[in-house]
Amino acid sequence: MIAETGHYALILALGVAIVQTLLPLLGARLRDPQLAAVAAPAAQMQFVLVAIAFLALTTAYVTSDFSVENVWQNSHSAKPLLYKISGVWGNHEGSMILWVLILTLFGAAVATFGTNLPRQLKANVLAVQGSIGAAFLLFIITTSNPFIRLSPAPFDGQGLNPVLQDPALAFHPPFLYAGYVGFSMAFSFAVAALIEGRIDAAWARWVRPWTLAAWMCLTLGIAMGSWWAYYELGWGGFWFWDPVENASFMPWLAGTALLHSALVMEKRDALKVWTILLAIITFSLSLMGTFLVRSGVLTSVHAFAVDPARGIFILAIMGVFIGGALALFAWRAPLLGQGGLFAPISREGALVLNNLLLTTACAAVFVGTLYPLALEALTGDKISVGPPFFNLTFAPLIVPLLIAVPFGPLLAWKRGDLAAAAQRLMAAACLALAVIMVLLAFRQRGPWLAPFGIGLGVWLIMGALTEIAYRVKLGQVSPAEMWRRLGSLPRAAYGSALAHAGLGLAVIGIVSTTAWRSEQIIALKPGETADIAGYTLAFKGVVPRQGPNYAERVGLFEVTRGGKAVTELTPSKRDFSVEKSATTEAGIHVSWRGDLYAVLGDPLKDGAYSVRLYFNPLVRLIWLGALVMFFGGAVSLSDRRLRVGAPKRAQAKAAAVFVAK
Amino acid sequence: MTRKQRRGVLIGTCLVVLGVAVGLVLFAMRDSIVFFYSPSDVAEMSIAPGQRFRLGGLVETGSVVRVEGTTVRFVITDRAKTLAVSYTGVLPDLFREGQGVVAEGTLEPDGIFHADNVLAKHDENYMPPEVAKKLKAQGVWRGDAATAKAPEGKVN
Repeated sequence: MIAETGHYALILALGVAIVQTLLPLLGARLRDPQLAAVAAPAAQMQFVLVAIAFLALTTAYVTSDFSVENVWQNSHSAKPLLYKISGVWGNHEGSMILWVLILTLFGAAVATFGTNLPRQLKANVLAVQGSIGAAFLLFIITTSNPFIRLSPAPFDGQGLNPVLQDPALAFHPPFLYAGYVGFSMAFSFAVAALIEGRIDAAWARWVRPWTLAAWMCLTLGIAMGSWWAYYELGWGGFWFWDPVENASFMPWLAGTALLHSALVMEKRDALKVWTILLAIITFSLSLMGTFLVRSGVLTSVHAFAVDPARGIFILAIMGVFIGGALALFAWRAPLLGQGGLFAPISREGALVLNNLLLTTACAAVFVGTLYPLALEALTGDKISVGPPFFNLTFAPLIVPLLIAVPFGPLLAWKRGDLAAAAQRLMAAACLALAVIMVLLAFRQRGPWLAPFGIGLGVWLIMGALTEIAYRVKLGQVSPAEMWRRLGSLPRAAYGSALAHAGLGLAVIGIVSTTAWRSEQIIALKPGETADIAGYTLAFKGVVPRQGPNYAERVGLFEVTRGGKAVTELTPSKRDFSVEKSATTEAGIHVSWRGDLYAVLGDPLKDGAYSVRLYFNPLVRLIWLGALVMFFGGAVSLSDRRLRVGAPKRAQAKAAAVFVAK
Repeated sequence: MTRKQRRGVLIGTCLVVLGVAVGLVLFAMRDSIVFFYSPSDVAEMSIAPGQRFRLGGLVETGSVVRVEGTTVRFVITDRAKTLAVSYTGVLPDLFREGQGVVAEGTLEPDGIFHADNVLAKHDENYMPPEVAKKLKAQGVWRGDAATAKAPEGKVN
């Protein structure tokens, strides 16, 4: 009964979505306020209906209702409650429902909180949002219905893939989807602006909070995925340039560019056409990410179950939305008109450089991800494009951007003074250089470029601090005045400084762990010891242990450093009997220096075990950096909300009319 | 600066960045892509020793031998030809005899494929798509029925 309710709610939601698409569009066209006003309640209704469907599926999972095929395939009665719930989105059908749930949540949020939006814009935005919802609801109902019943109901389920039974992965998909789908808001605003053929600075002000929220979620989602891969896959790596990872990284790069270009548009009314295009591209990349992960066209360790019918359906959705939006763009963009003027050396100029480098880097990742597919389709040759390609193309494009980041916020709008900005950054540059010198002098191993990478990270962090110091006139005014200024700085300034500093932290983490990681693969018998990065690990043996839904073999390692006991590591191999699968649980010791990481391998001859040991210096800074970026976004968002409440469109238009006269 | 000059600077910068990007991509394409072959492909063509490629197929049943230390030897087959593989390190959790696997490394003059990376997916019915396609082409694929029933594992 509950499953049928969910199914019914989905079909109703599809109906509502179609209404939400057609009537407001018509209303905006005919300038009929009553028709246009259908949009908001329809968007809220659609959200409620999809939420009912989602709750119905969740109930089926929590109560282990194995008469529902989807539950039977992906759950098991012995599974802990958290993983029963996360199992809802641990499979294709459920994750699509979550995708649409977040989509409609964003739509409903605009309908509810966007009370100050011009009526016509709001109607168009919600109509476009409704059409995306309609397409994906149709996709779910026709190709991936999670509410199909089994008769007779099996006694127990098949279980969830054990590597997915993990707290970080339970929350990874919701954040990732919130990021992907959140960019649909920017897309809807862009298409609505194209339909109206009109765009202004106020538009950017409405779009920015949604884009920022999506970007924050995507940042956190990607970081969680990387964190999960780090400790769960047992390879000790944090990023593999895997196609599925790239699929989420490309929208992040484009979305980061969009955040910055929308800033130019909001403040200076420039880069209009580009911002619209970028909004379309960002969401297109999100759609492509969905397609790549679901269609099975990629060779990936993260591969999804293959179903060609679904792939073609999503490909069709992509074709309609991307093709339609780009066609509309080609037709209407010339109407949008020229933006404000600015000199190449200016805040706008810096942000253009940011956009140029980010989109080019994104394009390089795009080529590396899709080239194997294209080549196979054309010649039948099968190739894989791995980390060397991306390191060689992505890094040289992103490093100039990282060098330029601290300059941006110190340049004035319209016409900046590069020499003055450089002067203010002198302290940051000196500190970064000093760090490079010290590291070069004491470098024992690792590439000679690595100290420069660390210097770059220091430069980013110090650059962010310099911006704040400059804005509060540190050293030029009395401490009391400085405190007052600190308090009155807009939160957005703190937000961007935090985000840039977080980037610096992540850079330091990435560089140091890539350049100075220690790795050992050895055969150890109980009683033997191994040395790595100053630690001594004494292998005590392996004991069996029983978990809630698995049996494991646990290796015991006593860790000492310089004769002093540090900790005990217990890496294990888990055998999941229901799922007929196994996972590796790494033993990780965290210190300020880095992570000591031990993995228990297979038993070898004569009682020895293969053991993999890593020392990953400063690896935690990667995720700490991502968290700081997320936090920076949140601080900035808390500022926006205050100002979003004050629409300036009417005034801006009045001013424009005045100027025209 | 006039509007025209400003536009010139902008377009010039764009062209430079794009030119550098295209150059990097072409350069990296030449050096860092890895081809995928099955044992039959390897038998057919002469692959220079030291050239990196990916070898895919099934792990032949009964072929896994622990040599010394953490070195393991096994045979990858596509049911037509076979190729011996040597790998030092920890095998993935789901490395099993009779199941699909992809090894990356080089073919050495001793005729053994020295892998430095072995991939098997976290799914008992996983078959690398390349392997599935080759096996299908050779008419030895029987995995469809099994895969259709398999729990879908989504990672990421």
